[in-house]
Amino acid sequence: MRNPEKFRLRRSMLFLNAQKPGLIRDPYVYAPDTIMLDLEDAVAENQKDAARYSLYHALKEIDYHGVERIVRINGLDTPHWREDVRVCVAGGADGIRIPKTESGVDVRAIEEEVRKAEQEFGVEEGKTLLMAALESCMGVINVMEICRSSERLFGIALSGGDYTKDLQTVISGTGIELAGARQNMIIAARAAKVQCFDTVYTDLDNMEGFERETAMIKAMGFDGKSLINPRQISIVHKIFTPTEKEIIFAEKVVREIDEKKKLGIGVFTVDGKMIDIAFYDGAKRCLELAKASGVYRKGAAEC
Amino acid sequence: MKVEKSAVAGTLESSDAMVTIEPGESGIELELSSVVFHQYGAQIQKLVYDTLHNLGVEDAKISIVDKGALDCTLKARIECAVFRSNGIVDNLPWGGAIR
Repeated sequence: MRNPEKFRLRRSMLFLNAQKPGLIRDPYVYAPDTIMLDLEDAVAENQKDAARYSLYHALKEIDYHGVERIVRINGLDTPHWREDVRVCVAGGADGIRIPKTESGVDVRAIEEEVRKAEQEFGVEEGKTLLMAALESCMGVINVMEICRSSERLFGIALSGGDYTKDLQTVISGTGIELAGARQNMIIAARAAKVQCFDTVYTDLDNMEGFERETAMIKAMGFDGKSLINPRQISIVHKIFTPTEKEIIFAEKVVREIDEKKKLGIGVFTVDGKMIDIAFYDGAKRCLELAKASGVYRKGAAEC
Repeated sequence: MKVEKSAVAGTLESSDAMVTIEPGESGIELELSSVVFHQYGAQIQKLVYDTLHNLGVEDAKISIVDKGALDCTLKARIECAVFRSNGIVDNLPWGGAIR
C-alpha cells in the first residue's frame, strides 16, 4: 500500500526528548516540518519505560497542528526496541526513525515488528513509515541496500557524531570528515528515490556556521536537516524555500519546454540562459517545493 | 492490578509531576499537592481516580506533586508508577488499560 505522506516536505526535523513534558507539549508553535520524538540517546537508561508512557499520551492527546510526528526508537542492540515499536504504532506515530542502521536486514526486522503491531492495534497496514539513520561506516557502505530495503522507507539520515567516531575522527566544523558519507548517501537516495537528511549541527553559538552548512547540504541535494534547537528552523526553511526569482524562472522553463516541444525545438534560451529538456525535472521540483512551502503563486512569471 | 511495592515516576520540573505509589489496604488514599490546585484540584483528583480505575488498581496510597502537568503527563506518570510497582515493562496494554 502506497502511503500518500511518504514524500511530504521534510526540510526541518526537530529532535525532542520524549521524556520531557515541557518540550513535547507545544513544539508546533515553532512550525518545523517534522518533530523527532526521541526514545533513544536523550532518554536515560532508567527512564526508558517512563518515556514510552509520555510518548503514548502525547501522540494520542496533543494536537500537533499537522506537524509530522516521527519517533526515534532504541537500537536493535538494546532490549527496548520491540516495545518502542508497539507504543509508536499504538499511539499512531507517523513514522519511526531506526538508529544505527547497518543493513537492509535491520530495516526489515523493524518492518516485521511494525507490521505485527499494526495488526495488534488495528492500524491500517502501511500507515507507519520508516526512516533509517546511518551512524557507522558499515551503514554508509550498505547505503543502497538500506535505501531499497522496504516500501515503507521514505528516507535515510546521517548521524554524524557516531559516524565520525566509527571513522576514528571528530567533527571539525569544515565538513571534510562527513564529505564521503554525505556524497554516497545522497547519490544512493536519489538512485533509490527516497529522501536524504543531514546530521545535526551542535554548535548553537555558531549560527553562521550552521547557515553555511545548511546551504552546502542543500546544494548537495539533501531534502532537509535534523535539528536540535527551534532557533535553527527558520534558517533551514529560508535556505530550502525557493526564492521568488527561482520560482518565476522555473515557471518559465516549464512553460517554454512544454511549448517548444510541440514545435519540435529542443534547445532555446530563457532569460539569456540555454535551456533544454534536462532542466525540466529540476524546474518542476522547484515549483513543487514552492507549493509545499506555501510560497507558490500560480502565474508568478506573468506578474 | 495490585500495587506490589513502592514506585516513583516523574520529576519536579515545570510541566511535570512526581507520582509516588505504595501498596494500600483500604481503597485509594490520595495526597495531592499542585501549583494549580485552586483552579484544577477537583479535575486532577478525578483524573487520578479514573486512571487508577482503568488500571484496575483498587487499593493504593498515592502521592502526587504536580508542577503544572497536562492531563496526558499526569496519566503517563501514574501509569508508569503503577507498572513499575509490578516490575512490568514489556507487552503493555496500550489502548487498553493504558488509555
